[in-house]
Amino acid sequence: MPNLTFAAALEEAMAEEMRRDERVFYMSTSPPAGLLQEFGQARARRMPISEATMTGIAVGSAGCGFRPVVHWRSVTFSFMAFDQVVNQACKIRYMFGGQRDFPIVFRTNYSTGARSAAQHSQTGYALYAHLAGLKVILPSGAADGKGLLKSATRDDNPVVCFEPSRIDPFEEEVPEGDHLVPIGVASVKREGTDATVVALGYMVYPSLAAADDLADEGTNAFRGISVEVIDPRTLVPLDVETIRGSVRKTGRLIVVDESPPTCSMASEIAAVVAEDWETCRALRAPVQRVCTAAVPIPYSPPLEDFVLPDQARIGAAIRAALAY
Amino acid sequence: MSVEARGPDMFEPGLSIELLRQMVLIRRFDELAVELRLADRIYGVVHPYIGQEAIAVGVCANLRATDRIVSNHRGHGHCIAKGADVRRMMAELFGRRDGYCKGKGGSMHIADFDVGMLGANGIVGAGLPITAGAGLAAQLEGGDNVAVGFFGDGATGEGPFHESLNIASLWKLPVVWVCENNHYAGDTPIESALAAGDVAALAAGYDMPGVIVDGNDVLAVYEAARVAVERARAAEGPTLLECKTWRHRQHALRDAVAPDRRPAELIAQWEARDPIQTFEARLIERGVLNADQIADIRQSIELDLGDAVAFAEASPFPAPEEALDDVFAR
Repeated sequence: MPNLTFAAALEEAMAEEMRRDERVFYMSTSPPAGLLQEFGQARARRMPISEATMTGIAVGSAGCGFRPVVHWRSVTFSFMAFDQVVNQACKIRYMFGGQRDFPIVFRTNYSTGARSAAQHSQTGYALYAHLAGLKVILPSGAADGKGLLKSATRDDNPVVCFEPSRIDPFEEEVPEGDHLVPIGVASVKREGTDATVVALGYMVYPSLAAADDLADEGTNAFRGISVEVIDPRTLVPLDVETIRGSVRKTGRLIVVDESPPTCSMASEIAAVVAEDWETCRALRAPVQRVCTAAVPIPYSPPLEDFVLPDQARIGAAIRAALAY
Repeated sequence: MSVEARGPDMFEPGLSIELLRQMVLIRRFDELAVELRLADRIYGVVHPYIGQEAIAVGVCANLRATDRIVSNHRGHGHCIAKGADVRRMMAELFGRRDGYCKGKGGSMHIADFDVGMLGANGIVGAGLPITAGAGLAAQLEGGDNVAVGFFGDGATGEGPFHESLNIASLWKLPVVWVCENNHYAGDTPIESALAAGDVAALAAGYDMPGVIVDGNDVLAVYEAARVAVERARAAEGPTLLECKTWRHRQHALRDAVAPDRRPAELIAQWEARDPIQTFEARLIERGVLNADQIADIRQSIELDLGDAVAFAEASPFPAPEEALDDVFAR
């Protein structure tokens, strides 16, 4: 299996899907050179900076049988198109009684920890997950990224693909051939028995590091703690059963989400665990949310580092749950 | 700069009769919708198209079934003119299972994709990007189909109006933009909302023809739309048609008629130029139809609408749990 960066794996997924189905076309203010060269300007479309119209063009052309991919580039810019998502893309199939499907992929990165300050540092995925009628995927590595983006392109519904900028350069092995990862299936990144950590996007990495540290600690009361780390990979539809099953096994849940806590995916995951009787009875400690402080993200490194979740805060939350 | 379009003086009788029939059908459909709403037999909000019939009819008479249109909140007229079935429209207003949207859409969200009617839309200006998408689809399909976007003067205040005109022109999309300028967005007169005097004047900035049409003259609309549609089919790009018109009723209606706050002299002036009455008078004057034939057309429309209401009322309400269907494909 070749090693690919996250960014390269996603571009490969795009090219493969455009090759496979000529109804797929791509819109971006900056289409990648590879797509332009292979598919030409008709299918790798260079857009003016008009996010709302780019998004509406996707809705209109999808209703006519095409399978558009809109690359907003940054979730920050996607808000310029929010009407076309909130009032059109996610409702149009339903409000017209299912007359047509609207197969659209919205791609967007989000940036945190990049010293980009408030407007360019936010996750945004909870806003999209909240809307009935969209699927939302959030891969945390190259293999999942490629497999999920390919599945999204073949899905007959609007799917928003969130791509954490911090993992763009991360390399991993990506299976060759037609590698698909199903939408709606979580990935258990590390098995464990004492606590369940559900980590979103880039947060998978500090969560795995925290789990490794806790397993290795040799001199304190928490020695040998066995932490299970789950990457949901899809936010809508959420793989509720994998998460609940893990919590029934471990009795403890820590959710790590680099978003402000109010109405976050962390809150949603806590709720789907708490509202299930059998899983709730299995809880041996209160659910812990490790989130970003409820502030716009500041620029200066000590300020940004203070508000974002990190390995130390994740480790402390796991310890707190164990000490309860 | 914009140019004035004028209708032909002579016209083909078969076409003229069909234009009249559709205008009367739209008028009576919406008068009935208002009546049904005031009687609480249908629900939510109705935006009557009464007074603007010449625009939908004059434009859509130039279209084929494979051409597509995108409508706005005031969409009943566009649906009918594009060939939708008034029985299924009425069933939708009644919230029934045989409605176009199985009772999920109502007045503001009627669509019939099979006749190329891509939907009414409750968000001002939101239909323009969708129209551009339908235009791009037509261009990518490689035939000579066109897309028509209907919107009101209020939409010109929205950013996506400007984005969509720009992109359609940049890519020479086969689109006809039809602004139904009824001079009031809600209760805001257009001169309080738009810096340019005429909507059509904006076309120049996007390098496309801007044409001012008497939106109450169905033949003038037909002729201007014919030129714009031919231009779109010939891959020469979009046109902005500004059809000046007037809505006879309030912007939106629930269970009560609100006082009309528009100036009385404007109301009188426009209502004296009713698009149906003036067209009927012309048809009679030209000897295309006589008063008895017009009465027959009207009688036949009443029968169709009575049938539509009966069809709607005979259709069952959806089962409550059908509310959970149709969010996602399969």
